[in-house]
Amino acid sequence: MRHTISVLVNNHAGVLSRVSNLFSARGYNIDSLVVGVTDDPKVSRMTIVVRGDDRVIDQVEKQLNKLVDTIKVSDLTNEDFIGRDLALIKVKAEPHTRSQVMEIVQCFDAKIVDMALKSFIIEVTGKESKINGMVELLKNYGILEMVRTGEVAISRGKKVQEEEEKKVKMKAGKAGQSNL
Amino acid sequence: MAEFIVKSGSFAPSKGVGTLRETTMDKQKTKLKKGAEMVVEVLLSEGVDIAWGVTGGAILPVYDALYMNRDKIRLIDTRHEQGAVHMAEGYAKSTGKVGVCVVTSGPGATNIVTGLADAYMDSVPLVAITGQVPTSLIGTDGFQEADVVGITRSCTKHNYLVKNIQELPQIMRDAFFIAKSGRPGPVLVDIPKDIAAASAEVEIPSKPSIPLSKFVPTPDMNELDKIAELMKHAKRPLIYAGGGVINAGAAEDLYKFARKTNFPVTLTLMGLGAYPATDRQFIDMLGMHGSYRANMALTYCDLLIAIGSRFDDRVTGKISEFSPHSKKVHIDVDPTSIGKNVKVDAHVLGDMRFILKELTKRAGSKDYDAWYDELDGWNQKHPLGYKQDPKGATLPQFAIDEIYRVTKGDAYVATEVGQHQMWAAQYYKFNKPRRWITSGGLGTMGFGFPAAIGAAFAHPNATVVDIAGDGSFQMTLQELAIVKQYDLNVKTIIINNKFMGMVKQWQDLFFDKRYAATSIPAQPDFVKLADAYGIKGLKAETPKETKEVLEEALTKKGPYLVDIVVDAEEHVYPMVPAGGAVKDIVLSKEHEKQKAIEERKGPKKATQVHL
Repeated sequence: MRHTISVLVNNHAGVLSRVSNLFSARGYNIDSLVVGVTDDPKVSRMTIVVRGDDRVIDQVEKQLNKLVDTIKVSDLTNEDFIGRDLALIKVKAEPHTRSQVMEIVQCFDAKIVDMALKSFIIEVTGKESKINGMVELLKNYGILEMVRTGEVAISRGKKVQEEEEKKVKMKAGKAGQSNL
Repeated sequence: MAEFIVKSGSFAPSKGVGTLRETTMDKQKTKLKKGAEMVVEVLLSEGVDIAWGVTGGAILPVYDALYMNRDKIRLIDTRHEQGAVHMAEGYAKSTGKVGVCVVTSGPGATNIVTGLADAYMDSVPLVAITGQVPTSLIGTDGFQEADVVGITRSCTKHNYLVKNIQELPQIMRDAFFIAKSGRPGPVLVDIPKDIAAASAEVEIPSKPSIPLSKFVPTPDMNELDKIAELMKHAKRPLIYAGGGVINAGAAEDLYKFARKTNFPVTLTLMGLGAYPATDRQFIDMLGMHGSYRANMALTYCDLLIAIGSRFDDRVTGKISEFSPHSKKVHIDVDPTSIGKNVKVDAHVLGDMRFILKELTKRAGSKDYDAWYDELDGWNQKHPLGYKQDPKGATLPQFAIDEIYRVTKGDAYVATEVGQHQMWAAQYYKFNKPRRWITSGGLGTMGFGFPAAIGAAFAHPNATVVDIAGDGSFQMTLQELAIVKQYDLNVKTIIINNKFMGMVKQWQDLFFDKRYAATSIPAQPDFVKLADAYGIKGLKAETPKETKEVLEEALTKKGPYLVDIVVDAEEHVYPMVPAGGAVKDIVLSKEHEKQKAIEERKGPKKATQVHL
């Protein structure tokens, strides 16, 4: 089963390496891994899409938690969450197909971010299935090049994780201070 | 390793005065200090009074600072870095303190990888400090540069590359905290030479920056009650305790718990000594080379309480047939151990001493006479044992029994890896924790001798024995020089069958006696070797000589190297083949032959060998 796991980590050099090392060393299957800084420059958030049965996912979560740089691990899969991919697609745009491609761009709520004589670059964000769909259609016109991020995810609503983040950061801050 | 090119030129101290926070707890006033001095300060404040290593270019500043403090910290320079890291391990295992190892960059650091992996597998608290090339050279394939943090990422609990002098003291403090908190493990700190040589005004923090809750979860009291309830209804309960009890310092709490509940106790290889072996409730080690009684108890119990053990494959064998009739309960500090190999019905994570005390409070005292009778019955059917013909070849089991007898079961016993290790586990009865020093998880040949040395440094007045195989001993024997230099009371007893015994056993059983790379014909004369190192050497070729030689080596003070020639045809029994179930247990050579005949008669099955 496909699981989307959100991990808050300390923004230290080597954390990404450590996490991917963890996965490869234990043979877990990563579909995608995206990481970026949060509003707090000391904290990064990783979104990892993993495939496995309950036992594997249980171990993945626990092993991630064990890392010294991990602040919190959440399996978003069974909750309400928003997941988005971003893709940049360079499509052939011949004179007789241009307008059709532009129609597709409109239908998918995407944008054209680059225009050349024979090609467009389309920027599209959305659920994985939406992007897959658009890519399938565009294949008919000729995709010259494509780059895609993995899924980034966040739980819906003003949820527990945000509150927990704050609590955790406060605790981490306290631990660093010496007793007065 | 001492080859180096000194890079001249000083490193300019980083801009900005070190943080002068208002604190009254830190005794150190913030003044200009070298990075290396900060390292030593943290070591001293952590109670370190000994460290092992080999010097080199990149670690020079740190070694210089250690030299300036040689009246407070002994720095033992070994013949090989692998010796140094195993000595730190032996020290840590026999005391519970964090072992410290300090080596240089490049090959110095890569030479301790085996030791780090060993400490990682057996949860040994270690702090390894490695020198690194100056920050300006990192990533340029500099002389003796290696990506040590990258290389040791999967075999350390955590590791650091220090990037500036400001973060160095906190990193050192954190390294010790991580090494000893929760499930202990090795931590590596890679310090570039220029940072160690630089000076700055940085306060030495007295506390780690990580909360303890990261390593020790809070116990779920509901689960505790659930376990107490399960205990009430058990008719065939069994305690399965492992190395975690020793790491937690919980041997006494385990004893009280076992006494109150009257449950029988079996121990893993790593747990030996956690419960007194001569006690009536102890039913031997379990697992691949555990006793018949212990393995049967495992198979027929109805409540299995795992305490500080991890359901390792050497214990479980075929998981689908592992302890099929029991409810399983797991007490541990590491969440990743729960449900990793075997599903359990209840578990409590947290400080083991607290959990055991709470369970003991809730426990009742019952008699399990019927269960104990069953256990006694199994023991009588197939007890551990051997028959030493006084005129025949010396049996390795006999030699180990003699070691046990002469030392009165009170020595510090390290072993190498192989048959001798299993016989030592079976025949030396440990009544106290931290006397048994063995490489279980990684199974590192060459571990025992330096580990024994480490233990001898920690306990200079005790008798320290290394029970070694001839294969293993030849991997780290260069440390004989250390034994001599410091006149350590280390008795190395080589159980010499001129073979890699355990592998030979597998070749006998599964590879039709094709002895690929297991025979060791070219051996030094160990007595002459000992003499060359200035140590007393003795040799025994008969059971009678064995008795005499061991009597002398184990009772007289001072280092000894003893070569005991033993029968090479002995196999370790019982044996549950890897991936097998208890019904596949092989109890003796005769039993082995019987099984082979039956198999030839029966339908041809592919024998799967999980090595």
